[in-house]
Amino acid sequence: MAETAAPLPIEATGLIKRYGSFTAVDGIDFTVREGECVGFLGPNGAGKTTTVRMVTCFTPVTEGRARVFGLDVSIRPREIKRLLGICPQEDNLDPDFSVLKNLLVYARYFDLTGPGIRDRVEELLALMQLTDKIHANIRELSGGMKRRLMLARALLNNPRLLVLDEPTGGLDPQARHLMWQRVRSLRANEGVTVLMTTHYMEEASQLCDRVILMEGGKILLEGAPPALVEQEVGREVLEMWDYPAEVREFVRLASWRFEETEDRLYVYDRDRGRASEEIARRFPHQERLIRQATLEDVFLHHAGRTLKE
Amino acid sequence: MVIRGADEHERARPKGEPMKWYEVFARVSPLALRVWQRNADVFRTTILVNFIPPLLEPVLYIVAFGFGLGSLIKTVPYQGRQLPYLAFMAPGVISVAVMFWSYFETTYTCFVRMYYQRTFDAIIATPLLVEDVIAGEWIWGATKSVMACSIMLVGISCFGLAHWPSAVLVIPLAGLGGLLFAALGLITTSLVPQIEQFNLPTFIIIFPMFLFSGTFFPIDILPAWAVHVAWVLPLTHISSLIRGACLGEVPPHMLAGIGYLVAMTLAAAGLALVLMRRRLVK
Repeated sequence: MAETAAPLPIEATGLIKRYGSFTAVDGIDFTVREGECVGFLGPNGAGKTTTVRMVTCFTPVTEGRARVFGLDVSIRPREIKRLLGICPQEDNLDPDFSVLKNLLVYARYFDLTGPGIRDRVEELLALMQLTDKIHANIRELSGGMKRRLMLARALLNNPRLLVLDEPTGGLDPQARHLMWQRVRSLRANEGVTVLMTTHYMEEASQLCDRVILMEGGKILLEGAPPALVEQEVGREVLEMWDYPAEVREFVRLASWRFEETEDRLYVYDRDRGRASEEIARRFPHQERLIRQATLEDVFLHHAGRTLKE
Repeated sequence: MVIRGADEHERARPKGEPMKWYEVFARVSPLALRVWQRNADVFRTTILVNFIPPLLEPVLYIVAFGFGLGSLIKTVPYQGRQLPYLAFMAPGVISVAVMFWSYFETTYTCFVRMYYQRTFDAIIATPLLVEDVIAGEWIWGATKSVMACSIMLVGISCFGLAHWPSAVLVIPLAGLGGLLFAALGLITTSLVPQIEQFNLPTFIIIFPMFLFSGTFFPIDILPAWAVHVAWVLPLTHISSLIRGACLGEVPPHMLAGIGYLVAMTLAAAGLALVLMRRRLVK
């Protein structure tokens, strides 16, 4: 029965956040189940970070309700935060402390002191491949190292729910891949539940069991990445650029689903490449590219714009 | 050592109703001590740069004004007698330190932590609340005043300018003054959008007090209206009380002064908590 079932990591209903006359989050409902990795995917300003800030008790809920492990965010913030590991969008490490001291001071906020915590710190640094930087000052670390340190810090208190807000923003590709690897191994080895936000569709595809597409403070749709793509746009996309208006008219009259941005035309053809053949016949000099459909296409189809502004 | 921060009372808040302003006071918990500890750790790490040089500043004042000017002035009128200028001035320098150490800690240094380093964001991701951070910063500001003044007290004692045992009262006075100016600093921090804008309150409030609160010269030599204005300034009371402790005599308006300072400190601390929360939580 409902009473004996374990409470969900996150259960939010009718969540609204207003800043004065501006509505950042406009009535959303969502859940996160134990062991899942759920990602909010959307462009900057969609309301993803604001949603996460409400769930992590950083900012008060204007209307609606959010429960973390059964605890109301408006009533039990301290207990909730004891169960969370939060890795925010921007680094906020202490520049006056070494890597080790940063972690020890942070652990102290959770009343985690004593010899046991030193072992935990070393374990986490090894996991994040930062062992040889243990006594380095923060200023000596690269951007990617700082991000991994932020992730290590978020794990100090053995959280039941890990919250990652734009985990790889501004990192170079190598650093991003390393970060993804770490998160994936965390999930594989320790079954950590994860809530994350991102505006990189590749990141969402790589890490999330389920994505929630957000735009303008509302949820557009949600689902598992491969199923979502398949169901909304199909397997393949025909992409064209530098095209005359006749090409678009041709596509429109053929009743193929398509989306158009400022300089690109995307045709979603479920008919296994027939669109490409017909366009090639009619416009032999038109450059065409056929590629796999991605979450970016799903987003474009539903929001009328790309994830990147 | 485990410090427990209890959650506020469990009660459902009606939908959309924001927290009442007075409810912030119940949200402060002993976990504020962890913020104090963190600041103390940074202080220990940077002590050579941050603590030692500023302590030398009062020494320069004492040498320049005390010995320099003092050789010209020799004595000043104080409580119906002539007091050697150095004996008058040394407690004034300590009072000024009470103000500067706590005020600058909760303005410039606090702003850097809050805005540039985003340290408060890091702390709020733990079981601490914003109110714990504010309270921790407040107590830490006062702690810096107490530390600096204790050392200065030892320093002036070596020159025979502190009368013991009454001089020990300088410590709690520094604590009270530290709490007051730390709170005033936090109020300022809650209001300025950018760090450059600290210049205005610093110039309009702190600097006049620095000069006219009976620190470097007795206020009695000012015109009557100015004397009344001076007694409204908190630093005037602090310097008067500290001077009394160093000279081993009861200063004028002692009980009224203490009462005034305590009331002002409580009001300022309350205002600081409310305003800082308003700034930090949107």
